[in-house]
Amino acid sequence: MSQESRVKSQELTSAQIEAQRRSRQMWAKRVGGQAYLWLLLIVLYAPILLIFIFSFTQSKVFGNWTGFTFHLYENLFTGYDSTAQVRVDPNLYRAIFFTVVIAICAATIATLLGTLAAIGLYNMRSRARKGITFLNSIPMINPDILTGISLFLLFVFLGISRGFATVLIAHVVFCTPYVVLSVMPRLTQMNPNLYEAALDLGATPAKALRKVMLPELKPGMISGFILALTLSIDDFGVTFFTKGSNGLETLSTFIYADARKGGLTPELRPLFSLIFLTILVLLIFMNIHANKQMNKQK
Amino acid sequence: MSKLTDLVSARRTWAWPYVLFLVLFVVLPLLLIFYYAFSTPGGDFTIQNFVKFFHTSEAVNTLIYSMAIAFITTVICLLLGYPAAYIMAMAEFKTPQVMALLFILPMWINFLLRTIATVELFHMFGLPLGEGALLFGMCYDYLPFMIYPIYNTLQKMDRSLIEAAQDLGADKTNVFTKVILPLSVPGIYSGIVMVFMPTVSTFAIAELLTHNKITLFGSLIQRSFGEGGIAMWNYGAALSLIMLVIIAATSFFDQERDHDAQKGGLL
Repeated sequence: MSQESRVKSQELTSAQIEAQRRSRQMWAKRVGGQAYLWLLLIVLYAPILLIFIFSFTQSKVFGNWTGFTFHLYENLFTGYDSTAQVRVDPNLYRAIFFTVVIAICAATIATLLGTLAAIGLYNMRSRARKGITFLNSIPMINPDILTGISLFLLFVFLGISRGFATVLIAHVVFCTPYVVLSVMPRLTQMNPNLYEAALDLGATPAKALRKVMLPELKPGMISGFILALTLSIDDFGVTFFTKGSNGLETLSTFIYADARKGGLTPELRPLFSLIFLTILVLLIFMNIHANKQMNKQK
Repeated sequence: MSKLTDLVSARRTWAWPYVLFLVLFVVLPLLLIFYYAFSTPGGDFTIQNFVKFFHTSEAVNTLIYSMAIAFITTVICLLLGYPAAYIMAMAEFKTPQVMALLFILPMWINFLLRTIATVELFHMFGLPLGEGALLFGMCYDYLPFMIYPIYNTLQKMDRSLIEAAQDLGADKTNVFTKVILPLSVPGIYSGIVMVFMPTVSTFAIAELLTHNKITLFGSLIQRSFGEGGIAMWNYGAALSLIMLVIIAATSFFDQERDHDAQKGGLL
């Protein structure tokens, strides 16, 4: 072996060692980063895990383990606690009912109102558009408590008694801006000539809307609807101030009232465990679906 | 009749129902906060509600305390959230969205129930409910709101800028402080606003986390509308107006409000 080539091979090995050292460093960094993320996730999920675990025991007191059983799930579905021989709080079911009804109504109204508004906004002059966009952003910026109190004052001022209708209006108030924002990008991406072309080819405005505009806007409307649904179901602050005292409760206000009384209705544990599992499964499916679509595109 | 058809076919009129709705249910209610804040229960003009607030040291202290708690929560969320967002955005996961989704998923469980579960966690470990529990609970509830906008901006960042900086001889520290950090500032702003605004105005979490030991400004407002009866509404409106000023000032801070970094992008 010549002198030259020996030096070269030595250089190679030192370069290799350097590369090894580097990859080891990279590995340590990646593992460290991953560990940090998982640690945060563990803390984030600990309370939820707790709800899940204690949905499988019968104890009325949250955090008190009295043996594994499916009793609470049974109670939740039958509405009757067979051990204590009492009905499960009927207000819980009323609260579930109102939560769902209000969410569906509010999301539907918000989607219609917001989609129309987005189409209108898109066709406006920029000054008017800016003004309305600002108004549209107020309910998103305003914290729950201010939206709730301002609407509370409005209903008091107008002498409207608070109940289902006022809660529904309030939910439409904070849901619609998000629908506008999710429909808007679809409009800007759409070819503006398509609608005009449909009109020129003899379609009535209604038909052009149905056959040309709506199919383009649909994805935005759907994601706006789902977002509105989630916001409505999750809301506490606004509902609290607009529900009045006629006994109308959503799940959020029901839990709050329950917690203030001291005890939490034990059937809430299986209820939210099931909700969480459902959403988890849905998200996993959505992800698999999205990945498949991505692979197809490739 | 043809005039009506004209109106309908001019698509810019389609926003009118929503504009009317906004005026009636957003603008008017906010004006009513002003009206009630500056009037007596009888409806006469007064600034007495504000005088009362500034002369009640308890109320002023509560406001300052709430702002301090919100500030500390925001700082902790930023310190914990930025590295998380950074690691997620930079790491080459097979499915990068899955990690981001995992951070958002807990928010689908009712936040009051999650808060109650947190209280239970504190009980289990024998920890006292107080300021520590309050800060922990607040950070726990709002950390995803910090991570997500930062993650979004880091994800959308042009990676070639990092390579360019490296090619031009910047070391790791410089690449971070001179390139990555400045580019993620909009996300940081959004995160700060999205954590600070709800924490400064929260009213249920504090009661649950501290068993009513600590009163925040939001609870003070809530009480003047709840237990106080009609006589307290004007005072409550004045407190709400103070809150409104704080929120308005904070939102000026934010630049990326119209983009998807907000809660709207969480889906």
